[in-house]
Amino acid sequence: MAEKNIQEQTIEELYAEANEHKINVGDVKIHAKRMKGKFRSIKWLTNSIWLILFFGPYLRWNGHQAVLLDIPNRQFHIFNITLLPQDLWMLSFVLLFFAILLAVVTALAGRVWCGFFCFQTVWTDVFTWIEDKIEGGPAKRRKLDKAPWDVKKITMRAKKYLLWFLISVFTGISFVAWFTDSFQLWKDLFTLQASSTVWITILMFTVGTFYLAGFLREQACFWLCPYARIQAVMIDDTSIVPSYDVPRGEKRGRLVKGKPVSEDQGDCVDCNQCVAVCPTGVDIRGGQQEGCIMCGLCLDACDAVMDKIGKPKGLIKYASWDGIRGKEEKPLFKRPRVWLYTTIMTIALAGIIYGLSGMESIELKVIHARQPLFVLQSDGTIQNRYTLKVLNKLPADMDVKVSVKENNLKGLIISGAEKPVTAHHGTVTPVTIFVRVPKKNLTEQSVPLTFVVDGKDESGQVYHSERESVFIGPK
Amino acid sequence: MSEHEHNPFPDEGNTGHIWDDNLRELANPAPNWWMMAFYASIAFVIGYGLIYPMIPLTDSYTKGLTGWTAIGEYKAATSEVEAVRKPYEDKIAKMSAKEILADAELSAYVEASGKVIFGDNCAACHGTGGSGNPGFPVLADDDWLYGGSIEQIQTTITNGRQGMMPKMGGQQLTDAEIDKLANAIYNGTVTKEPLFTSKGCMGCHGPDGKGMAALGSANLTDGIWRFSEPDQLASIKYTIKHGVNDGSDPETRKPKMPSFKDKLSEQDIKKMAVYVYKFGGGK
Repeated sequence: MAEKNIQEQTIEELYAEANEHKINVGDVKIHAKRMKGKFRSIKWLTNSIWLILFFGPYLRWNGHQAVLLDIPNRQFHIFNITLLPQDLWMLSFVLLFFAILLAVVTALAGRVWCGFFCFQTVWTDVFTWIEDKIEGGPAKRRKLDKAPWDVKKITMRAKKYLLWFLISVFTGISFVAWFTDSFQLWKDLFTLQASSTVWITILMFTVGTFYLAGFLREQACFWLCPYARIQAVMIDDTSIVPSYDVPRGEKRGRLVKGKPVSEDQGDCVDCNQCVAVCPTGVDIRGGQQEGCIMCGLCLDACDAVMDKIGKPKGLIKYASWDGIRGKEEKPLFKRPRVWLYTTIMTIALAGIIYGLSGMESIELKVIHARQPLFVLQSDGTIQNRYTLKVLNKLPADMDVKVSVKENNLKGLIISGAEKPVTAHHGTVTPVTIFVRVPKKNLTEQSVPLTFVVDGKDESGQVYHSERESVFIGPK
Repeated sequence: MSEHEHNPFPDEGNTGHIWDDNLRELANPAPNWWMMAFYASIAFVIGYGLIYPMIPLTDSYTKGLTGWTAIGEYKAATSEVEAVRKPYEDKIAKMSAKEILADAELSAYVEASGKVIFGDNCAACHGTGGSGNPGFPVLADDDWLYGGSIEQIQTTITNGRQGMMPKMGGQQLTDAEIDKLANAIYNGTVTKEPLFTSKGCMGCHGPDGKGMAALGSANLTDGIWRFSEPDQLASIKYTIKHGVNDGSDPETRKPKMPSFKDKLSEQDIKKMAVYVYKFGGGK
């Protein structure tokens, strides 16, 4: 498309351009046409990933909920891993990983997330599918919007809203089910015993889902979603995104029966089907734009038309702007972005793996008393006081034996841990320990001292954790 | 500003205030959203006044429909804490300090909750964590003037303590003798010093010099000093010379552990006994 200055454009061209630049601000309701096709099938497939949200909470693992984000008790159970608040740093790596994954996918293939996975577009897709089934196609729906509220319209709308409402409620309940025991949740809901937090969360999700997917729809992508705006800086001329093949399509023109096609006419027959099927109402022929969620549904529509008129498919296709313009495309490994993103993702992944592999089932922390740092006892020994904190992530309580590692403190006596200590599961058990060393055996003011806890669970599995502290004496 | 007799802009609804020929004040209404917020804030003030205390009267104030008060909210919050503590406090009320000490859960509770009582009443002299201060005994060691059993600690807190040691300076001991005795004490060899026996020190400090809990006399052999000072030898000499709480010597040392009978409840004293015991010196 040759860019012209305003000075060179005719007034008709300016009008045409102004029309192209029309921005969807929600003044016209988008009623997209639904049709079968390759990308439609892919979208259903990727939509269905969200079924995990609905059914995931009922999965059991070793007698408890497989994934339970137990916020009141401050612990996350993910299969056989238990995460406590002290493991939270790993979350930053998880977030980093997904943030960069989003960036890398966007840089390479555009808004894959928006088009195929985002809850906003997925729920909207399901809601409009219901709408389509009940009220009919776009033309019928537009007519119904304007029609007076007669019995037929009320019945249709009631049916539609009821189904939307049910999905919304289930969305809310399913969300909550990840944070509390799912089966107990249903019991509590039916006996009206659920906590106010549960009710309010479900209510908010119901209202939110109903409004966002039912009414706000693509307006959320246009005006609410930050990612939709950020993606503009993530995409470049090498990103493979749904694009209109401008040189091949232009100059567009309608086919008229019995009239020959003029020499300069391109393949685009200006049937407007790509706009008709677009869930956000954009015209992909205007080039890449903020409203395009890159769901590929216009590719289905255009391919079907091309088939019909006996032209090759792919007038709208996944291609880069460089590709469309016939410029040479840089190979993946020669793009600095790819390297940068890959590096950050590798770091994040390494952090997660390091964190998960280094997780101990029991963990010892030692706090040396500060006031007083040491006490002279009547038998001439120096006493230090320690608070040992034994963290037990196992599913059951365990008795642990506290001891100190081999050291160069002669005559060391440890007291307060003669009996095994019961480390309660899922929490930190504090133990006060006193260590005495004869004053005459102390050569330095501060000597390293390592504490050890050892335990054995019912199956005989051995657990061990140690932590270095210091023994402090007088100068 | 000039009041134009002939308004050059008659149809735009200006106020007639015109400066510099064409700069004029328009009579545009405030935007709708602004007016709505304005009325909403008036409604808010009225609503607030109905719900919460608001207008001071001569000897009272408007209470509001909910009867909310800051102190009421505070009391509700503290009663929540008390409700959590109640089961423990109830158990503690029925148990002796020794029994509490034997119960791991309760003594952990005392250790956690006793910090405030200790901080308010004891730490000023004895230091946080019982680390002691010059002139005030360390509570974290196992050297006790009046005994380190849980019962003895409890008695000390309840009734207070005021030790007594007669001044030995002047008629009893010459300065040279005090020097000799003090050096023997400082070096831990006091029992081998003839003056210790001949001057009657052993009467209170015991033949082994380890002191007697019944009298509150200090252990002179363990290197832990009741009156710990940078120049420890001089401190020992001073104590021998002027005594402790000896009314006949104006320069005598005057230590006093006050009684907490009237300051703390029996319950709190019990908790403090356990708390102090658990510093690591209890016997």
